[in-house]
Parts: sequence; C-alpha cells; structure tokens
Amino acid sequence: MSATGTSEARPAPKPLRASALVRAGRWLLHQSLNAYAGLALLYLMTPIAIVIAFSFNDTRSRFNFVWQGFTFAHWREPFAVPGLVSAMSTSVQIAVLSTIVATALGTLMALALVRYSFRGRAPTNFFIFLPLATPEVVLGAALLSLFLSVGFATGFWTILIAHVMFNISFVVVTVRSRLIGFDRSLEEAAQDLGATGLQTFRLVTLPLIAPGVLAAALLAFALSVDDFVITNFNAGSTVTFPLYIWGAARVSIPPQVNVMATLIFLVTLALMIATVAQGRRAERTAAVRPGS
Amino acid sequence: MLSRHRGILPWLLLGPGLAWLLLFFLIPLYFMGRVSLVEGSLLAGFEFTWRFENYIEAISTYQTQLVRSLVYAAAATGLAFLIGYPLAYAIAFRGGRWRTALLLVVVLPFFTTYLVRTLAWQTILDDASPAVALLQTVGLVPEGGRVLATTTAVVAGITYNFLPFMILPLYAALERLDGRMLEAAHDLYGNRRAVLWRVTLPLTAPGIVAGSLLTFIPAAGDFINAELLGTPRQYMIGNVIQSRYLELTDYPTAAALSFTLMALILVLVLVWARVAGTESLMGSSEP
Repeated sequence: MSATGTSEARPAPKPLRASALVRAGRWLLHQSLNAYAGLALLYLMTPIAIVIAFSFNDTRSRFNFVWQGFTFAHWREPFAVPGLVSAMSTSVQIAVLSTIVATALGTLMALALVRYSFRGRAPTNFFIFLPLATPEVVLGAALLSLFLSVGFATGFWTILIAHVMFNISFVVVTVRSRLIGFDRSLEEAAQDLGATGLQTFRLVTLPLIAPGVLAAALLAFALSVDDFVITNFNAGSTVTFPLYIWGAARVSIPPQVNVMATLIFLVTLALMIATVAQGRRAERTAAVRPGS
Repeated sequence: MLSRHRGILPWLLLGPGLAWLLLFFLIPLYFMGRVSLVEGSLLAGFEFTWRFENYIEAISTYQTQLVRSLVYAAAATGLAFLIGYPLAYAIAFRGGRWRTALLLVVVLPFFTTYLVRTLAWQTILDDASPAVALLQTVGLVPEGGRVLATTTAVVAGITYNFLPFMILPLYAALERLDGRMLEAAHDLYGNRRAVLWRVTLPLTAPGIVAGSLLTFIPAAGDFINAELLGTPRQYMIGNVIQSRYLELTDYPTAAALSFTLMALILVLVLVWARVAGTESLMGSSEP
C-alpha cells in the first residue's frame, strides 16, 4: 500500500558501509526511545523524592521549601502537631468506612453488569461512567447544592457520603475489568456438585474475584485519603489531611506533613505490591485448571 | 428457572449502588440546576425564578477562565500524550519481565497526596531552586526569570498530576496490540514511520481516546495547580467555582458555571466518542 515504504525498504544490493550506517542509526533510535522513557520515569519520580527528602529537612522557617540540612527530628515526633494528627485520623476513618461501603456496592454492581444480560444494561453502564466523566469541582458543588437545599449540615457524614459516591464508579470499573475473563463453568460445576447459590458465591466466586475486589478496595482507599476537591465542598468544619494541608499552605507547613505523606506513600506502596503478588498467585492457581 | 431469575436478580445486585448514585450524584445535579436559576443573595434570601440570565452573566464575566481551562487542559493532555506514548510503548515492548514494576513506577505519584506532590513542584520550581538555576544556565529560562507563578508552571503541574491517567490506557492498548500485525506491516515493506502512523497509532486509538479523556476531564476542572503554582492571572474555571461557592456564597453563579463546564466537557466527550466508538470508554459491553 505504502508508496513511501517501498522505495526505502527494497534496496536489495546496497553497499555494506551504508547498511552499517543504517544499523547504527537504528541502534541510536532504539536507545533514544529508552533514554526518553527513562527521562519520563525520572520526571514521574522527582516530586516523590522531594516529598520524602524534605521530611528530613532541618527547616527553621514556617515553610518547608528550601533545603537547610538533614535531621531525623520530624520523624522522631511525627505526631507533634495536634491539628495534623486529628486531620489524619479523620481521613483514615472516612477512608476505611467509604472503602468498605463502596467496595461492597460496586462489586455487586460489577457482578450484575458482567454476568447478566438484561434490558437496561447499556444505559446503566453509561450512568455509572458519568461520575467519572464529571470534574470533581462539579461533583462537589452539586452535592453541596443538595445538602444546602434540604438543610443537611455538612461534616463527617457528608464527606463519607461523597467519598462513597465517587468511589463506587471506580470500584465497578476495576472489578468489572477483572471479571471479564471469569470462567463461569467453575460455578456451574459447584452447583452440579450440590452447592447452593450462596455456597457457590462464598466458596467459588468470591475467592476467584478476590484479587480484583482487593485492587478496587485499595484504589478506593487511596482516592479517599487523597481527595481534596469534593471534600472541600462538603466538609463543613471537619478537617481531613488534604484540607489541613490546604489551610496550612497559606500560613505555615510543618515538616510533619511530609512525614505523613511519606508514611501514606510507603503504606500504599506495600499494599500495592502485596496486591500485585496476590494477583499473580491467583493467576497461577487459575492456570493450573484443566482445559485452560 | 434460571432465565426467570435473570429478570430481577441483576437489579437486586445493582440496586443499592444505583440508589446511592441516584441520591448523591443525579439528584444533586437537579438541585444544582435549581440553584443555578435562582435570584437573590444569601442575606436577602434566594428565590427560584428560572433566571437564565445567571448563565449569560456568569459566562460573559468568566469566559476568560472558561477558555483558559480548556486551553490549559488541552495543552496538558497533548504534553501528557507526548510524554506518555513513548513511555507506554517502551514499557509494553521492551519492559520484559519488569513491565509490572515499571507500571508501578508510573502510578507512584498517586501514592503521594495530590496537594503534597503539587507543593513538591513548588519546591522544585522555586526561584531559589537548583532546577530553575539549571534552566537559566541552559537558556530555557531568561536570566533572573521565574518559573513558579507562570502559565508554564501551571500547565506543567497539571500535566504531571494527570500523566498516569494518560499512560495506563495507552499501555493497556499497546500491550493488547498483536505483534503479528506489526510483523505483517514490516513484511509488506512498511518503514518504521509508516508502521507507526498507519498501524500502531490507529490500532491503539481506543487507548489514546480513553487516555486523553481521562486526562482532559480532570484537568479542565482542576484549580489546585493554578492556585499553588500560579497566580490569579492563571486562574481556571475551577478556581472561580470554588471561590464563588465557598468563599463568596454566590451560589447561582457557581452552579451556572459548573453546568457550563459540564456541558462543554460532555460535548467534547461525545465528539471524541463519535470519533473512536464508545466501547473503549465504558468497557466492552460483551463479556
């Protein structure tokens, strides 16, 4: 088809030196992609390195922007700032509760969407996709409009409601992507062997979809701890970790913020690695299955 | 027996989640629609009067910020693609057994809190930082010139914060790419450029569409980067919405702007979806 390709790719009798040159060019091209990818990865990691490094910064000013020297002081007393500690604890409580609720609701929805064909499935898919296609600032403003209109005081519970709301769609999408390769004959086999519907779910379905559910729960937890925009609209006077930083960013940022962020980073990283490892184990188990 | 179950069972499973989304996503939009059409103020009291002028006033007052949001978001999406595609390509085709680990590196930014990593960019782009001094030496930034508090800083911040949203779908599409297609293209005397333009890019179009939407949508609504890395001269529509709503209690304007932003984005999503098909966006409809 390509006329441009023909002239370049068919020069059969070519001098040896030129082909060496072409090869050198290709080698350079090959390496330049690797170098480019390496730089992109460096770009992705630099701010993280800064966050971690500045948790050891011996800062004396109200802000933590200029490197002054190395110290363990902030790591020795990570809980020295009372406002920060209570904000962190609120964030974790909301994250745990919203993860449980959103993962439960979202997993059930994903099961329904993947396993059954029913009238209204396509519109349902679209409806679940909508919150993902809506900017956070709009989600937050809309939810606050509801709470203001019905006179519901904003605070801990409205943050929780908001976090469950935006997490559901993420859970559905994550679990659904893992369910698509799901082998239903295993469930049929269990039922043929006399298992009830509930037993089949508990003993066959759940263990098989567990890695997907776990990944979704991890995502939901991370999104909840991280959320600022929607929370900012619906928090009332409740302060979460991101809201604390937002307030502090204009006044003074204690280095303990970096300590907390580093801790969150390490915990999430550990959980993520564990989930990936678990998923691999599950895949290996599934691969042993006869006939596949 | 089974087919009769099928009628009601899916809705039982969907019920609680759908109810939550209905109550706390769809109904709030209805209330925000009402708020966008009231007149009055918080002190004098609001009255629902179908006041469509709110939209006209809001859009004409803040059209700069609206346009700026779309321009910044488009620029950030383009940059994210230019950074993300080669990286996703390298991971998919050259990552070997390190692919999972490299993907983990791609999502690492998400493990640090959004605000904290944006503050880290403040540190990196600070006037006194070595990175800015380097840029000045190289000549990319004029002597004594700033990076922080400029449009460049805001767009760079947005690009960084949403880059993983671009890379993950691109990677998924590239990984699914059938290597035999590329071999066939080469066998048919396609040179590298022709194969890239006529085979690789078209076949990964669903990933490109999904990635650009996942980047563009949150970018257009973002206000954190403009606030922390820019000045009021870089403020986007998100800055206006949140300050009108939360600081100035000008609910009608904020609500009208929210709907305007949502409408603009929906139009763009539909156009994109028309271009590449909705399947790639909402997942395959066939299990």
